Amino acid sequence: MMMGNPFKNRDVVSIKDFSKDDLLYLFGVADRIENLSEKERGHLLEGKILGYLFFEPSTRTRLSFEAAMLWLGGKCLGFAEPRTSSVEKGENLADTIRTVENYVDVVVIRHYKDGAAKFAAEVSNKPIINGGSGTEEHPTQAMTDLYTIIKEKGVIDGLKIGILGDLKYGRTVYSLLYALSLFNVKIKLISHPMLRVRREIFFDLEKKIALSEHDNVEEVLPELDVLYVTRVQKERFPDLAEYEKVRSSYVVNLKILQKAKEDLIILHPLPRVDEISYEVDSSRYARYFKQTLYGKKLRAALLSSILDAKV
Amino acid sequence: MPEKELLVQKIKNGTVIDHIVAGKALQVLSILGVSGSEGKTITIAMNVPSKKYGRKDIVKIEDTYLSPEITNKISLITPHATVNIIREYEVVEKRPLELPDEIIGLFKCPNPNCITNASEPIETKFYLPSKDPPLLRCKYCERIYAPSEVI
Ligand SMILES: [Zn+2]
Repeated sequence: MMMGNPFKNRDVVSIKDFSKDDLLYLFGVADRIENLSEKERGHLLEGKILGYLFFEPSTRTRLSFEAAMLWLGGKCLGFAEPRTSSVEKGENLADTIRTVENYVDVVVIRHYKDGAAKFAAEVSNKPIINGGSGTEEHPTQAMTDLYTIIKEKGVIDGLKIGILGDLKYGRTVYSLLYALSLFNVKIKLISHPMLRVRREIFFDLEKKIALSEHDNVEEVLPELDVLYVTRVQKERFPDLAEYEKVRSSYVVNLKILQKAKEDLIILHPLPRVDEISYEVDSSRYARYFKQTLYGKKLRAALLSSILDAKV
Repeated sequence: MPEKELLVQKIKNGTVIDHIVAGKALQVLSILGVSGSEGKTITIAMNVPSKKYGRKDIVKIEDTYLSPEITNKISLITPHATVNIIREYEVVEKRPLELPDEIIGLFKCPNPNCITNASEPIETKFYLPSKDPPLLRCKYCERIYAPSEVI
C-alpha cells in the first residue's frame, strides 16, 4: 500500500511530533534506499543542498548527516563550530537562520540551548532538523535507535529495554523514551539516584509505557532484550567524588554480561568513555558501531523524505 | 461607618479587583499592563483587613473595563481575586478568575539554558498542562514548573 509522504517539507524538532506510522514509513524508505542500485541512489538528492549549523561541535552527528547527503548525490555547506563562524562575532540564531535558509534546501541545527531547534523552526522558511538541542532532544538519534532495534531484533513490541547512564542530562535518552512510548515495551531506567530522568518523563509517559527505576544494572540485566548505554558527563555530575565511588557499578563488561540473555543487544549513541569496556566490542552483544551505519541510512531516508525525492 | 467603606470608596465607572493576595497589588497592575500613564484614576489599597483572608489588596481603575482575557492573566499570582465591573456606581458584572490556557511574554523561564533566556527575538510562552494544581510548561525547553517557581 502506498502511503502519502508524512515527512514532506516537515520540521523534525521533536520526536513527539511523529506517530508510529510516521516512523514505520521512514524505516521503509531506509530499506528501499538501501535496495536501490548505486546509480539510482546517487541521483536521489542531486541538486539539493543541506545546510549544517553546529553551534555546538558534534563530529558524529554532522558526519552522519553529511555522509547521508553525499550518499544520495546531494551537497552540504555550513559550519561545524561556532568559533569559525559569524556566530563568534555575536550574530544570533535567528539572523543566522534567516541568512542560511537562502542558500540551502534543508537545515540541520545543533545548539547548546534548550528549545533552540523549536525556535529555529519558527524562524525558518526551510525545513529544520534538530541535530540535538540543549539537554532536551535528539530526534534523529532516537529514530536511528529504533531503526537499529527493528533491524536487529525484528520487532520492537514486547521487548524489555534497559537504559543505563546519565538519564538526567542525556538528551538522547529523552527522545528515545518518547519514541519507545509509541510501542508496547517495558523500560528499566538504570542510573545513580542523582542522575534519574527529569519529572517531565513521568508526567508525559507514566500512563503510556511501563517504566521502572533501578540503581543496579546487574539486578535487571538477566531479563533485558536491549541494553542502551549512555555516557555520564562528569562535568554535569553534581558531586564528582560521590560519582567516582559508585562509577564502577555502572560499567558494562564481560563479567556482568555472563548473566545476560544470549540474544541481548547493546546500543550506545557514542561517543563512549569507559561505560562499556573495550572487551565487549567483539562480543555477540555489541551493536553500537553497526548502529552508526543504520544512522546514516536513517538520515538518508529522512532527508529524501523531507525533500520529497521519489524512492 | 464601616471600616471597609472608609478605605475603599465607590467608583462611578471602571474595574475593581478585590481580594488580591496581600502585597501583590503592584504586581497585579504590572501584569495587567496598567502603569498610570493612561491618565485614568487608579486607587490602590494594600494590606486592608479582610474577614476572609486576614489581609488583602484592592485595585480600582476608573473608566476602564478590563476584559477577562486581560484579568485572567493575574490568576496565577492571586487565584481568588474577584473582578467587578462597575457602571453608574452599580456592580454590573462580578466574575471569578479563570486560569488561561497559555501565558505569553509575561514570565521568564527559570531554566537558564532555555533559548528564551538567550539574546534572541523571542517571547516566552507557557502552557498549562494541568490547572488543579496549576502547572506551567515552557513551550521551548518543555520544563514543567509550579507557578511559585516561575513568578
Ligand atoms: Zn524554557
